[in-house]
Amino acid sequence: MADQKEILVIGGGISGITTAVEAAEAGFRATIVEKNPYLGGRVAQLFKYFPKLCPPYCGLEINFRRIKQNPKVSFYTMAEVESISGSEGDFKVTVKVRPRYVNEKCTGCRKCVEACPVERPNDFNFGLDNTKAIYLPHDLAFPAMYVIDDKVCKGRECGKCVDACKYGAIDLDMQSRTVELNVASIVTATGWNPYDATRMDNLGFGRIKNVITNMMMERLAAPNGPTKGEIKRPSDGKAVESIAFVQCAGSRDENHLPYCSAICCMASLKQATYIREKNPESKAYIFYIDLRAPGKYEDFLKRVDADENVQLIKGKVAKIEEDSDGSPVVVAEDVVNGGKIRQKVDMVVLATGMESALKNSSLLSTVKTEESGFAISDGQTGGVIPAGVASRPNDVTTSVQGATGAALKSIQCLVRR
Amino acid sequence: MSEAKLGVYICTDCGIGEALNVEELGNAAKARGAAVVKTHPFLCSQEGVQVIRDDINNEGVNKIVIAACSQRVNTDVFDFDPLKYVTERVNIREHVVWCQPPNTEETQTMAEDYVRLGVIRALRSECPEPKITDINRDILVVGGGVTGITAAIEASRAGSRVVLVEKEAELGGWARKMYRVTPTKPPFAELEKPSIDAKIEEVKNDANITVKTNTTIASIEGEPGMYRATLNVNGSEETVEIGAIILATGWKPYEASRLDHLGYGKFKNVVTNVEMEEIASKGKITRPSDGKEAKSVVFIQCAGQRDENHVPYCSTVCCNVSLKQAMYVRESNPDAGAYIIYKDMRTPGLYENFYKAAQDDEGIFLAKGEVLGIEETGDGSIMVEVDNQLLGKKVKIRADLVVLATGMLTSLLPEDFPVNDLTPEYVGNIVKKETQDGVIEEIEAVPTTLHLKYRQGPEMPHLKYGFPDSHFICFPYETRRTGIYAAGAVRHPMDAVQSAADAAGAVLKAIQCLELTSQGKAVHPRSGDQTFPEFRLESCTQCRRCTVECPFGVLDEDEKGTPKEHPYRCRRCGTCMGACPQRIINFKNYSIDMISSMIKTVEVPDESEEPFIVALICENDAYPALDMAGQNGIQYSPNYRFITLRCLGGTNLVWIADALSKGIDGVLLIGCKYGDDYQCHFVKGSQMASERLGKVQETLDRLMLESDRVQQVQLAINEWDKLPQILNDFSDELKELGPNPYKGF
Repeated sequence: MADQKEILVIGGGISGITTAVEAAEAGFRATIVEKNPYLGGRVAQLFKYFPKLCPPYCGLEINFRRIKQNPKVSFYTMAEVESISGSEGDFKVTVKVRPRYVNEKCTGCRKCVEACPVERPNDFNFGLDNTKAIYLPHDLAFPAMYVIDDKVCKGRECGKCVDACKYGAIDLDMQSRTVELNVASIVTATGWNPYDATRMDNLGFGRIKNVITNMMMERLAAPNGPTKGEIKRPSDGKAVESIAFVQCAGSRDENHLPYCSAICCMASLKQATYIREKNPESKAYIFYIDLRAPGKYEDFLKRVDADENVQLIKGKVAKIEEDSDGSPVVVAEDVVNGGKIRQKVDMVVLATGMESALKNSSLLSTVKTEESGFAISDGQTGGVIPAGVASRPNDVTTSVQGATGAALKSIQCLVRR
Repeated sequence: MSEAKLGVYICTDCGIGEALNVEELGNAAKARGAAVVKTHPFLCSQEGVQVIRDDINNEGVNKIVIAACSQRVNTDVFDFDPLKYVTERVNIREHVVWCQPPNTEETQTMAEDYVRLGVIRALRSECPEPKITDINRDILVVGGGVTGITAAIEASRAGSRVVLVEKEAELGGWARKMYRVTPTKPPFAELEKPSIDAKIEEVKNDANITVKTNTTIASIEGEPGMYRATLNVNGSEETVEIGAIILATGWKPYEASRLDHLGYGKFKNVVTNVEMEEIASKGKITRPSDGKEAKSVVFIQCAGQRDENHVPYCSTVCCNVSLKQAMYVRESNPDAGAYIIYKDMRTPGLYENFYKAAQDDEGIFLAKGEVLGIEETGDGSIMVEVDNQLLGKKVKIRADLVVLATGMLTSLLPEDFPVNDLTPEYVGNIVKKETQDGVIEEIEAVPTTLHLKYRQGPEMPHLKYGFPDSHFICFPYETRRTGIYAAGAVRHPMDAVQSAADAAGAVLKAIQCLELTSQGKAVHPRSGDQTFPEFRLESCTQCRRCTVECPFGVLDEDEKGTPKEHPYRCRRCGTCMGACPQRIINFKNYSIDMISSMIKTVEVPDESEEPFIVALICENDAYPALDMAGQNGIQYSPNYRFITLRCLGGTNLVWIADALSKGIDGVLLIGCKYGDDYQCHFVKGSQMASERLGKVQETLDRLMLESDRVQQVQLAINEWDKLPQILNDFSDELKELGPNPYKGF
């Protein structure tokens, strides 16, 4: 335990947080490197988890508390690994930390936001609304610190935020810095990105306004989202009364993602409950190839299936058209009853899959992956251990299991020495 | 601790100074016993914290009340050694000035009340004295299948010693009975030979691992760091001392004899997927009736699964298993055909490649459909009638062999207990018992595996289907038995790859539990907490409420029913404290008297149009939700006083009596959701509070008050937008009841 060496965790989503916290509570030091200005990753953007329909922030809050009180966990936000050299037990890692332009004196008083004249699309909400150039990433963001988007900020020529901040918390001259870490093991908890839905021409995303992705749906339903939880369609703000979910949008498809993303069936079943809870008259149609609700998730599938206003239709969606009033029309085959279906709805949600963030990443020189970009663990870790969706498309609880195991494997690298 | 000297530090930043009369806040603190009161324009700055440090070092201040922002922020800034100093955060930012209009009498009174409550809380709080004892760090792994073997190896590699017990004569479990396994490496399309033998060798050659086969557990008693397990080794008893336990006893197949509607037991050539492995291991795929080669094999998926009458859930592995076995058929005879009849093919993630490999084989036929009928023909062949939904017609398939894809049950299930109809929490029989309160119905749990000598039951509590309950989703290893971690198919249907990964996670939790226990610290969710509940047993009336209600089974009972502590099982939620009608259970820094004194300190307005309410709130979800309300400038009634609890489970009914007899119009409990989809971090805390409220009538009757004056609401952390409505609704209800007649007494 006296070993000075620590564990590097790349990625501060639910998997990375779990690995770091679990290792630290077992007595080992861990450092998280996260590229966003906040911890929490993808799950921070979710409104609810399936199947309990509970808010992800409930668990994140506990994890953040564990981080706050444990000196053995440290983290860098807005940071990315630039290079890795060495081997198990003695890695040298260079981390580049981008400037936040806001320092620890920030109290979260929001005066800077009132003063800032520049707006930017809110990437946390997938561009469904705007923030100022200085912004808090989201309500429950941890660390609860503001940040400036230097791509849009006018800098010192404006400087209104600096004048508004009486704490001296804003430093427009802040520069990137480089941090050198010496670590015994590296956990890659790099997570996933939603598959680029514009690549599926037939599904109209980007062309038909009322076709959105499942991650956008999470933000639309969230009370701290762009519509304060009102599920309205993007084209005209009309409250959504009918909705279609297109499963395997890009997944299980040789032209896109050849694998199954493992979570999208449950995610769409969950999102059907979002709209059903808001409006008792609303209707949801889920077009699927196979409904994949493994294990005890079957209970959730049964619960949603029991709702008369939710229709589960086996059939792959051929294309989505746009009606004159902006409503999308889903064209699909109906495998069970035969024939073709044309279903007009207020809004379509594409159940887009997960793409490994390791794909095209600079970490590929350190991490072995299979052809789709998921890390391979063949027993011999060499001190580099994948966790969470970096290794397989998985749901949250499976990712947490894997991340806890990754904590053990990273500890083994320290104990061996 | 030396004599208490209490300092109150009020920050005037973040709008506090502009919205409140800070001098009066200081006076309120002084009136309640603060020796030092200071204000600072920027308390969380280095200079601000230095003011406090100077007072600690020069003035002997040892109790620090910080009236500023939420306890959720600046945690690392106001970080004074908890074993030397009591630090209390009073949130006058998010919970007062950010959610109330500035400079009104109500806002000022509210803030002063909170400062007073903080002073009282700090005065009634002492530093914890950690319990540190030498502990045993060995790990007992129960079950020698793929999960248990992996757990043993992984624990050893992390430096732990392991005792691995297996009830059979050989290690390996189901994995050794498999002819081939589903792919574990890219391209995830080819069958692999099982690799279990190499792992068994590794275990046998590892000096850290003691293997005991032909061994079952007779009993386990104790607590993390000091368990004593009595083993039955080959018929004779042995005792081992261990620190933590990994439960890896895996799964058992659903009884196919219940599937006679699919011909099992009626027709010789209908077998289960487990039996199919045996057939394949012998060489050619043959049929049991006459040993002839099976040239046509039908696999029926979800045999008894996803079926309310049998196994309601999906066993997750069977689609892959049938694809694998279809490949056996094709490998055995390239002219043979395999038909898989499914509801949904479930090959998640990269297993999709495996599914594709099977689809690409022209001898494997996949059909979504339902089995309409199954009959035996003269020569022992089976006719399977299927409603093929892909073709849109009914077809009959003649099969030499039918394989039922039967599902997985947790090995914890006793024999002959239907998985779709189990008693709640502990699997067993409902028996009638004569007690002093008359005849009551009780669950008599059936021990199967661990034989825990825990008052609450001999096995792990389950939520559904017999799988051990854990804090599912975010904290899947956090079971209700501290120090005992379930891994593999015993706790959820999963395949061997996932079971092995699960084993590593469970080992980490076992090692972590022992590390924290050795320092006298709590594990999740109050990780690092060094307090322990203390029992004033001379006043115990043996009512057993604490031993029944503790969500973690911390307390056993002696013959008379007096609680016997096992402190290292404790998660520090305080549910026992709330349960005790004699008020004999308290923590050094969290006690019944502390909260009572706080309630008594609240200054209740003598005359007010609006009802005046105390709300007991959970610090895990309700407190952050209130912070978010403040951060978003959401205003709500100023007539509430929030008192934070570790968990609503700690609510003692005496507090309600204290509040109501003081003239407070109502008490609202705001806590986490409970039930099957519970969000309570202590699993049962908020539910226990609600059950206790069911009995509050007695208290209220004595005071001749209406029961509606005390209510509990469930609030999720992200439901801060609902708070004003919740608070107004309760306030309106109280208004209808009229003022509390004790007002002004």
